Amino acid sequence: MNIIVCVKQIQDPEIPASKFRLDEDGKKVVPPEGIPPVINPYDELAVELAIRIKEQHGGQITILTIGDDSASRVVKHALAMGADEGIILRDQAFEGSDSFSTAYILSQAIQKIKELDLILCGRQAADWDEGLVGSIMAANLDLPLITLAESVDFIEGRLQVKRVILDGYQVFAVLPPAVLTVSHELGPPRLPSGWGIITASKKEIPVWDANFIDAEQTQTGADASRKKLAKLFIPARERKCEKIQGEKPEEAADKLAEKMREAGVL
Amino acid sequence: MKGILICGELKEKKITSVSKELITTGKRLSSVLNQPLDLLLIGENLQNVAEKVANLGVDRVLTVQGPEYSDLHPERLVAILTNVCERINPMVILFGQTDVGRDVAPRLAAKLRASVCMDCVDLAFDEASNALLQTKPVYGGNAIAQWASTNHRPHVVTMRPRSEKPAEPDPSNKGKIEPIPVEIDEAQMRSQLMETTHQEDKGIKLEEAKVIVSGGGGIGGREGFDLVQELANVLGAAVGITRVPSDENWMPKSLEIGQTGHMVSPSLYIAIGISGAPQHLAGCSTSKLIVAINKDPQAPIFDMADFGIVGDYREVLPALIESLKDLKK
Repeated sequence: MNIIVCVKQIQDPEIPASKFRLDEDGKKVVPPEGIPPVINPYDELAVELAIRIKEQHGGQITILTIGDDSASRVVKHALAMGADEGIILRDQAFEGSDSFSTAYILSQAIQKIKELDLILCGRQAADWDEGLVGSIMAANLDLPLITLAESVDFIEGRLQVKRVILDGYQVFAVLPPAVLTVSHELGPPRLPSGWGIITASKKEIPVWDANFIDAEQTQTGADASRKKLAKLFIPARERKCEKIQGEKPEEAADKLAEKMREAGVL
Repeated sequence: MKGILICGELKEKKITSVSKELITTGKRLSSVLNQPLDLLLIGENLQNVAEKVANLGVDRVLTVQGPEYSDLHPERLVAILTNVCERINPMVILFGQTDVGRDVAPRLAAKLRASVCMDCVDLAFDEASNALLQTKPVYGGNAIAQWASTNHRPHVVTMRPRSEKPAEPDPSNKGKIEPIPVEIDEAQMRSQLMETTHQEDKGIKLEEAKVIVSGGGGIGGREGFDLVQELANVLGAAVGITRVPSDENWMPKSLEIGQTGHMVSPSLYIAIGISGAPQHLAGCSTSKLIVAINKDPQAPIFDMADFGIVGDYREVLPALIESLKDLKK
């Protein structure tokens, strides 16, 4: 099974709200000092799923990302987890790309890769939280799409994909090649092994530019965006927490129950 | 391009609350734009439900009916929606950020090469700039972004549940019901839906609950949830969880509240042993009153709460259960 996993590097989503900074005029997020970007956690799960499939059915995993020099960090992380190869797509023309342009760039690169059974990506990126790139990529490549996958079986030449719905699950069957977006229900991703980290650090990661993947300038970058960011701001936190004290838990509990009754929510 | 098209959803032959909220949003847009508002229903035997929703303030209820149209296969839905859009050429297409909206809206936008914005909490039209303004939480709710779309119409938008009040019936204003015949070439479908399993909900539905008691990683294991459940029973509340109890299989994954799970907005939300990760808060921050119980006085959940008790839930909950029982007497 030959698998491509598309990953994105993002600001660490686990940083507490108190460390989150914005440049409202510049409509940009200010990266927190000393906290490096990480692989989007949902994409990390796509890497995990790819490795699980490879362990069962064999094959090759290629990591694809768009970005500058720092992108090699997330590619190396995926390689250290167990992926085989990585490719970075880098070009000035790619800067400021929206979901459509991102999907276009990835699709162009994927068309350069011949043998291919599965394309995986996370269900959404934990920064802009749209969940669009995988779906648009599937449309660009004219491949079937199954979103929010939590596990994949390969039965009699068909992929059987279990996908998450709010109160249960669905199973879809599809002929490869297909695009899957991966949800977090498959469980936590593995940690890179020591050996994995060593091999990953030695691996060359080729860089492909717009020209190499035949990407048209009009399709990428900020000018191609379908929507413009008009405002970016931190929401006002109107709540002020009243910490309820008590000599004993019973006393605090009595006070809290009374507060809830007063608020008319019981 | 003209008009606003709402992709309505049905559950047990009734329109969902999220769809009624979309009508509220749609009505506002339609009066600013002075353009018609259509509600699309897809399924089987829609006449009765179409009659019932016609007085919610839409100009037309469009029905696409077929015996196989109720299984909600995303590829079929996209084929139907593409067909409907070709006929009526809407400027704005609205979905709820639901199972269907999450899956189908991006597919439809990709097919129509339309602008798209997911999980919005507000939608407005700015006449001066001729732009649709789409407001949505980003960075796990740490920031709010407002996106402006002018070109690349139609605009596909999904709205987060509970962003608006559901539309109320107005008997004096009845929309027209128009069946639209749509033929789908089933041979074009690439994937086969083999199974859909809904886990039995034993208790109150999270989205509909007035009171929710939620437990997080601080509960420490499956057994701790007995105490959480006991508190929920006293309050007549639904039980929710965060990512950790779901990942650790302490509780069913279907109870998860957060950005990728249930989005809830009850009158009272009691967070127990929940640190307050942004992705969880995104699913509950619109609750009317938030109460936090956590051992760690520094836990970010206290920044989001109205009332808090710093303490071990194993001591606080039994006491709180007794206090609430006393209040009831």
